[in-house]
Amino acid sequence: MQALYGQLLVGLINGSFYALLSLGLAVIFGMLEIINFAHGALYMMGAFTAYFLLHYFGLNYWWALLFAPLIVGAFGMLLERTLLRGLQGLDPLYGLLLTFGLALVIQGIFQNYFGSSGMPYAMPAELRGAVNLGFMYLPIYRGWVVIVSLVVCLATWFLIERTRLGAYLRAATENPTLVRAFGINVPLMITLTYGLGVGLAALAGVLSAPINQVGPLMGADLIIVVFAVVVIGGMGSIMGSVITGFSLGVIEGLTKYFYPEASNTVVFVLMVLVLLVKPTGLTGRAN
Amino acid sequence: MAEAATAPVLDVKGLQAWYGESHVLHGMDFQVRPGEVVTLLGRNGAGKSTTLKSIMGIIGKRRGSVMFEGKETIHLTSDKIARLGIAFCPEERGIFSSLDVKENLMLPPAIRPGGMPVERIFDLFPNLKERLTSQGTKLSGGEQQMLAIARILRTGARFLMLDEPTEGLAPVIIQQIGRTISRLKAEGFTILLVEQNFRFAADLADRFYVVEHGQVIDTFASGELEANMQKLHQYLGV
Repeated sequence: MQALYGQLLVGLINGSFYALLSLGLAVIFGMLEIINFAHGALYMMGAFTAYFLLHYFGLNYWWALLFAPLIVGAFGMLLERTLLRGLQGLDPLYGLLLTFGLALVIQGIFQNYFGSSGMPYAMPAELRGAVNLGFMYLPIYRGWVVIVSLVVCLATWFLIERTRLGAYLRAATENPTLVRAFGINVPLMITLTYGLGVGLAALAGVLSAPINQVGPLMGADLIIVVFAVVVIGGMGSIMGSVITGFSLGVIEGLTKYFYPEASNTVVFVLMVLVLLVKPTGLTGRAN
Repeated sequence: MAEAATAPVLDVKGLQAWYGESHVLHGMDFQVRPGEVVTLLGRNGAGKSTTLKSIMGIIGKRRGSVMFEGKETIHLTSDKIARLGIAFCPEERGIFSSLDVKENLMLPPAIRPGGMPVERIFDLFPNLKERLTSQGTKLSGGEQQMLAIARILRTGARFLMLDEPTEGLAPVIIQQIGRTISRLKAEGFTILLVEQNFRFAADLADRFYVVEHGQVIDTFASGELEANMQKLHQYLGV
């Protein structure tokens, strides 16, 4: 039983990262209609930013949680203003190609300076150790990751589904021309939305730094699974991407316990099944 | 002050517009003065809706001059134009399906003080109050039209452009919308109306411009209507 709980926990942690990343992808896709292939590279930049802040500026993990999403988010907004904006109105394929190329360039630059092997990032002292839950020991940091991810996902959902700013966003997703004709600066909203999605990826990167090592390819490995998650959940649905992210993490964990051989492929098998039965994804709207 | 009262709110001169390659407006000239209801009449495809969209700045390419309250707007983006005090109710109504009725109503930001308070809007359109939590597009066509007008009254804009507000609606709803426009006029709103329903427009408007092939070809004041009925029937092909 201990092993099952252990795998469930690992599944929840992975699910936390899937949820944060696919949420960012969903937010970006909804507003920009761009499939952001650079998402993994930006997640990696989040982890590296935490590393730089610690080693060059003496700013610890807690500062990194705040600053890394802001810094990488600002970098994302710069990308949007200089590169992605030019693709507006073109086939989404161009956005996919551009962001895929960007991911390769960003990863290449980091590999050039830091090699391919990862660098350790120390766990903050406050979150070391484990608590006894009775049926299992829970490493505090892992519990922390799950809680932060849940809170951030719910806050993002609240922002988009329940606030006035979110109403602008949803409306602009449907009919940007009319929203702009009401006096709302839609191009600025698009930039901020991309920044928000990228910031979420960077936050996931910071959260992951103490668990996984900080390395140039950390995003490339993860993003493939995250895209499968997005396909299963349905592109563009906020809650759908969060729930699918967590559920698939758990399903992966369960597979690791019951049939370890399939644990790396189960997400993709599910993706194929979903594509066959409901090509728009579980929560996706036909468009 | 006397001169300001007679100066047009909207002064359109030589307005040309294109949808992609196709040239739709070929030099529209007309004016709207403060407190007036002015109607653009014309057959389908004459360029009436395109004129409203061009004033709003939501059409690909436009040339000429659109002065609003003495300010040239032809080079401005649509968000800037809206902020000057122009509110637009599009032909397709533009109710958002991912927003509920209340969110739809509250969506356009206030651009000037003095917008209509929500309670007054519910006086004008009591149906909306009962359906605040419904999905915007679940409303009937008439209710959607009321919502599309209601939301721009909130913003404080005093110049309204309504594109075919009666299209596809039942007579009883058309009457309600007609009464609403009369009330708005009585309150001093300036309204530029595009309408196919000539009977509806005849009761409301102070002046009419007849549009054909993207140009104004004739104009009447409401008092001159009877005398020009023959010509008008010819223009509109009714």
